[in-house]
Amino acid sequence: MNKVVKDAREAIEGITDGMTLMVGGFGLSGIPENCIAALVESGVKDLTCVSNNAGVDDFGLGLLLQKRQIKKMISSYVGENAEFERQLLAGELEVDLIPQGTLAERCRAGGAGIPAFYVPAGYGTEVAEGKEVREFNGKPHLLEFGMVADFAIVKAWKGDTHGNLIYRNTANNFNEAMATAGKITIAEVEELVPFGTLDPNQIHTPGIYVKRIFQGSNYEKRIERLTER
Amino acid sequence: MALTKEQIAQRIARELKDGYYVNLGIGIPTLVANYIPEGVEVTLQSENGMLGIGPFPLKGEADPDLINAGKQTVTILPGGSFFDSTLSFAMIRGGHVDLTVLGAFEVSDKGDIASWKIPGKMVKGMGGAMDLVAAAKNIVVAMQHTSKDGQSKLLKECTLPLTGVACVKKIVSDLAVIDVTDQGFRLLERAPGVSVEDIIKATEGRLIVEGEIPEMQF
Repeated sequence: MNKVVKDAREAIEGITDGMTLMVGGFGLSGIPENCIAALVESGVKDLTCVSNNAGVDDFGLGLLLQKRQIKKMISSYVGENAEFERQLLAGELEVDLIPQGTLAERCRAGGAGIPAFYVPAGYGTEVAEGKEVREFNGKPHLLEFGMVADFAIVKAWKGDTHGNLIYRNTANNFNEAMATAGKITIAEVEELVPFGTLDPNQIHTPGIYVKRIFQGSNYEKRIERLTER
Repeated sequence: MALTKEQIAQRIARELKDGYYVNLGIGIPTLVANYIPEGVEVTLQSENGMLGIGPFPLKGEADPDLINAGKQTVTILPGGSFFDSTLSFAMIRGGHVDLTVLGAFEVSDKGDIASWKIPGKMVKGMGGAMDLVAAAKNIVVAMQHTSKDGQSKLLKECTLPLTGVACVKKIVSDLAVIDVTDQGFRLLERAPGVSVEDIIKATEGRLIVEGEIPEMQF
């Protein structure tokens, strides 16, 4: 049951060119910094990354974009990244933009064994192009599909050696859903504790979803828009 | 005089009712939080996973794990809660959020809204806007009535890619407060010193004007 690996480099073993990765986080909050750094170092390429955002130029998934390791982004909002914009306009990068709630639900459904579901978001917009429309209670809905990834990479606040995870504040965001939807889920945590020491009432992600876990180091936890009173 | 951004926010704040759960979009909508009327308790939702958004943190107290949907550092009020993105959008999609306030480039007299994409310019994405407008019970739009070169943004049909169809219930622009009805826009209030004729001229979509139109008070 011990799922602990030494570090990010060991955790990402088996991630190869062309794979689909889910990467947790919202903006720069709750992103798996250590694994992203290890992916940059590994040189793996042609990745499809499912992530709400694409980082900023010099942090988060922006680091992978800089090295041209990402072939396609599946996101809801990608506005903070000039290199992203350049690659997109130059046709070097594919982008699939998905309404944020639909993106989250597609991860949840994928992990929950639900192949497809209907939502109202995007009806009558370009998001609806090519999608089945069905009316429920007089309101049109779009058919959307559950999604799984070769690897899901999440960041938690605390985790135990069995892979139970607790997130902190708004750093949970997409991590909880994505943790359920990886064929292999990697968790990096700020504090790794022995199993049996976390309060079972507080656990967000039960260890059943997590295959590999490690204690991260040197967290920068960069703030994207520092706003003070 | 056309309303300032602060006055638009102040006027929208009068739509808030005691006990409301409210999602405020980025820009002018965020300012609404500064004008919540005395005696009205509202809970602000942030779609990245919290209820009970508090003020911005004091200097030196910002927490990278505590941000709003605009990625600004915030605080949480006593009684607030955190949750993941799926639950956040489940409460939005499920109709549990009473009021959504967001900005727009254009609104049609059918209540269609365009707010996320200007073709030919960089496309940043829709974020949570499509989920919000497709599901919220009550949507108020904060916007400028016309573009900088005087073109109406309250149209018969939107020209830009849509965020959602037939969903906007009310518009507070720099010139007027307008309801979106089955018959088109209905003028409710005008900005101080702005005439009904000014508003008619600035509105391309169908505009119903009936009776005396009161001036907004600030």
